[in-house]
Amino acid sequence: MAIITVQNLRKQYGDKIAVKDVSFSVEAGEIYGIVGRNGAGKTTTVECVAGLRSPDGGTIHVDADLKQQVGVQLQESMMPDKLRVGEALDLYASFYANPVPVQELLDEVGLDPKAAFAKLSGGQRQRLSIALALVGNPKIAILDELTTGLDPQARRETWDLITRIRDRGVTVLLVTHFMEEVERLCDRVAVISNGTVLTVDTPEGLISRTGGLQRVTFRTTVPVDGLKNLPEVHSVTVEAGQVVVTGDQNVLRAIVTALPDTAVSNLKTETSTMDDAFLALTGE
Amino acid sequence: MAITVPQVRRLTSVETKLYLREPAAIFFAIGLPIGLFLILGGTIPDFMKADPALGGLRPIDTHLPAMMIILSVLTCAFSLLPTVLVTYRERGILRRMSTTPVSPITVLGVQLVLNVATTLLATALMLVTGKLVYDVPLPQAPLAFAGVLLIGMVSSFAVGLLLAALSRNSRVVQGLGLAVFFPSLFFAGMWVPRELMPEVLRNVADFTPSGAFGAAIVEVLATGGAQWLHIGVMAAWGVVAAVVAVRFFRWS
Repeated sequence: MAIITVQNLRKQYGDKIAVKDVSFSVEAGEIYGIVGRNGAGKTTTVECVAGLRSPDGGTIHVDADLKQQVGVQLQESMMPDKLRVGEALDLYASFYANPVPVQELLDEVGLDPKAAFAKLSGGQRQRLSIALALVGNPKIAILDELTTGLDPQARRETWDLITRIRDRGVTVLLVTHFMEEVERLCDRVAVISNGTVLTVDTPEGLISRTGGLQRVTFRTTVPVDGLKNLPEVHSVTVEAGQVVVTGDQNVLRAIVTALPDTAVSNLKTETSTMDDAFLALTGE
Repeated sequence: MAITVPQVRRLTSVETKLYLREPAAIFFAIGLPIGLFLILGGTIPDFMKADPALGGLRPIDTHLPAMMIILSVLTCAFSLLPTVLVTYRERGILRRMSTTPVSPITVLGVQLVLNVATTLLATALMLVTGKLVYDVPLPQAPLAFAGVLLIGMVSSFAVGLLLAALSRNSRVVQGLGLAVFFPSLFFAGMWVPRELMPEVLRNVADFTPSGAFGAAIVEVLATGGAQWLHIGVMAAWGVVAAVVAVRFFRWS
């Protein structure tokens, strides 16, 4: 059953159309990703869902009390410098009817309750922000760009935290432009570009749509122009002596058959990733 | 959902802690006015001379405490309160709160109460230390004094909220605050007492919120009454500034 339904959402700021026509629905209990480049309309979309902005068109239905049961983590949201972690959580807990015990959240996010906000690292601030989004025991958590600016270690820890949140039954609406994050976390994603939804799929579905694209790189001493004519090959480019060939699953075999093996060195193959899928979809 | 008493209590307790963690606030709003009152009163002999124009009272009974009360009120109204509000807006704290069951207007209210309480504490301390140290009489008309103080605070804090509403970020509000602060102290009579101002300047001062506040509070300490002109000017500024502030204030 859909817990969030957005239909034909439209929002503009002055003459600038931020969201043209966005529709999607989120099932209870899933981690739903909204992905797209910067400026695609992701943040505006979720801010409309969170009730922070009023849409200029379309409908949004959220099966929860927006203030009581929807926890929000906003981009670039900070706390007063001298506010301590424990005080922030106690304060926000007092806002809600059925808060999560603060100690439980502190353990979950691994923060020192005595630490002042100003002294927190970027990762710790993000974890505090997530904890504040969860302290009201929400049905839905809306998280906007939660790992931007974090180092890889902090990013992994944050992902683990989100997975645990979902395991507690919270529906997560996640805005991101990190494809690795999508692959790791999301059950389904809506790809947004220029204010419209390009497609909705699972991360695996998106990757397989690129047709299991293979990418082969190598160095060679012989001309490679002939490779372009092979049916398995999609493209051939040469950069600084490095040949990059893309093609279907059989492209590697086609290359080694076509070229004398003594002429090929440093051969590597990569299967397409979420990044490739995303780039293929958004047409870059 | 309506705001509950425990929520307001918790928010007040947190904001009070944050307020007390900024020693500069307490220094400029309480320490400085009282320190100046004690030091100037003790070192400038003219403050101790009875003045027939003040009905036989000394400047230390009237002008000096009046100016120090205004110093405290304007510090809170033009600097501390708007800076906190704009910083909260700039950091997305007000916006963040608007996604919770408690409206960010509660923070504004709590901050207003905190700053008003600070000026009241400074005023009370001034009256008590004045009485103890320099035998300054307590206000002869306590109700009129309280009334003038109240309307002076209303107009000053309304102007402070207007500054917060018109400032895009915390740097702007700090600059704007200072730009309004010093001329306001001047009009209040901080450096040139109202009686000694040229007539033109005095007429201008009477129509500024701090000029009216300064004149009214000196007068209420000296005579137990104040002019309706000054009360009216403060009330008008309070209403107009508050209305414009509400019109232009942004939560994000």
